[in-house]
Amino acid sequence: MFLKAEKICGGYGKNRVIQNVSLEVSKGDFLGIIGPNGSGKSTLLKLLTRVLALEEGFIFLDGQNIAQMGLKGLCQKIAFVPQETLIQFPFTVHEIVLMGRIPYLKRWQTETRQDFQIVEDALKATDCFSLRNRQIDELSFGERQRVITAKALAQQPELLLLDEPTSHLDIGHQIQMLNLLKTLNQDKKLTIIMVLHDLNLASEYCNKILLLHEGSVYKEGSCEDVLTYQNIEAVYKTLVVVHKNPISSKPYVVLVSKTKSEK
Amino acid sequence: MIKQRKYIFGLFIFLILIIFLGISKGSAAISLNGLLHGEYREILLLRMLRVLAAMAVGCGLSICGVTLQALLRNPLAEPYLLGTSSGAGLGAIVALLCGLSSIFLPLAAFLAAVLSMFLVYFLARENNRIPATSLILSGVIVSILLSGLMVVLISTSPNEALRGLSWWLWGSLQVYDPVLIFIASFVVLIGFFIIGFFAQDLNAISLGEEEAIHLGIQTEGVKKILFFVVSFIVASLVSLCGIIGFVGLIIPHAARFIVGPNHKVLIPTAGLMGAAFMVLCDLLSRTLFVPVEIPVGVITAVVGAPVFIIVLKNRQKI
Repeated sequence: MFLKAEKICGGYGKNRVIQNVSLEVSKGDFLGIIGPNGSGKSTLLKLLTRVLALEEGFIFLDGQNIAQMGLKGLCQKIAFVPQETLIQFPFTVHEIVLMGRIPYLKRWQTETRQDFQIVEDALKATDCFSLRNRQIDELSFGERQRVITAKALAQQPELLLLDEPTSHLDIGHQIQMLNLLKTLNQDKKLTIIMVLHDLNLASEYCNKILLLHEGSVYKEGSCEDVLTYQNIEAVYKTLVVVHKNPISSKPYVVLVSKTKSEK
Repeated sequence: MIKQRKYIFGLFIFLILIIFLGISKGSAAISLNGLLHGEYREILLLRMLRVLAAMAVGCGLSICGVTLQALLRNPLAEPYLLGTSSGAGLGAIVALLCGLSSIFLPLAAFLAAVLSMFLVYFLARENNRIPATSLILSGVIVSILLSGLMVVLISTSPNEALRGLSWWLWGSLQVYDPVLIFIASFVVLIGFFIIGFFAQDLNAISLGEEEAIHLGIQTEGVKKILFFVVSFIVASLVSLCGIIGFVGLIIPHAARFIVGPNHKVLIPTAGLMGAAFMVLCDLLSRTLFVPVEIPVGVITAVVGAPVFIIVLKNRQKI
């Protein structure tokens, strides 16, 4: 098992957001984490990257307990893309992506030709190469998100975590971003764990889904197993109908508005 | 990178020229030849000390500004606007009133600087977040309050000599205590290397604290060390020459404009520019209205206030 979390608990001080969550991710998985607001999706990611410390339980990455790994070593294996990044300083795109090499550099050490090659590959893979000399604060949301993804790829991670990477993007840019992730997942065998709000995008792109409810796992499994109207109605407290996407035949969740549901 | 090295080299040459200018010009018109040979040796020595003090102050405040801006991800952050300078000033005045010798001044100033930093930090905090503008607002308010306290202490002091300390509020490089100058310069030099050591970490932290953790940076530790270093630099500089504002704002922005925001080049650039800028400002302060010397903090404020407004306006656009 590539990533294994055993009965982990954690949160912010007394507020224990995640309770007894266990999960297993195999190499090459594309796992979507869904759940209502406040169900602990982002907190779970923060526990996986050690931004928050575990209160109980263990997380093993490739058999190694992450709490005992060096932080730089961990960051050579796990990279993270946040919901949005607000950067106050006029770094160029190239400088930002080059920062992805920080986990590999010692103090005073400058980047080698190999580092620059890796950065160039990351820029090309995310379609950012033409932006490389632009300043990050001049870019659109969609472009900025691609640059941040390029920085994460420059870390040469084995596991990529994303926290609602598409929530500020329009549908065109959403699909562009998710297609990029799908390509990375399939061509480079990159394991991906992604928090998503949009159930249908999760269904379309992920091969496994984890449904969180009040800090615990409500259901985990394939899209068909998790995205049933019973599960969704129980967790989200709202009426839905689950159909099939006519193209991909994955589950498709249709919302039911109030006037219709009263009839 | 090569282009940026050229800039740094150019700035270095510029600084040396400015140093010569600072030593050769002054309120008394003495030829360079006269300074080197003959009865004006004393004046030469005084001017050299003064130029050294100016360089330490300019370099120190500028690298503190760079560091604070990155740590707080706030382009307006600098020791003066965050109230750290006033805190250090009040600490130094209290130490003087208690009759401590000049060597202990930086220490007292340091304690007060750290306290004022905490105060500003907690005043600005709203639900675990620190909005950029409320940080500056609470910094300025704390700064005004502490400066007020300093005025009260100075003007009610029974000690006649202390009444002369009102220059502290606007800064002056008229320092005649070589020991203090050497202590402060030493602190700035050490601080420069420590901050430079963390240049890569500052790059990562300027993307965001969690972002930095995701790049393998031990953010909490780095922040503690750097806030400590900044407080110590500011404390020794304020003990030396009082409160000089805006240098930590103007120079980092000017330096970023020239070499970009990468801290590996930004820190040395800002240090060199700050040193040169301060020697120049000091030169203006003593030669502009001879025989009157205007406080050097007035000159930096006149240059700095417009820069503050430009940065603020630019920020609001984003």
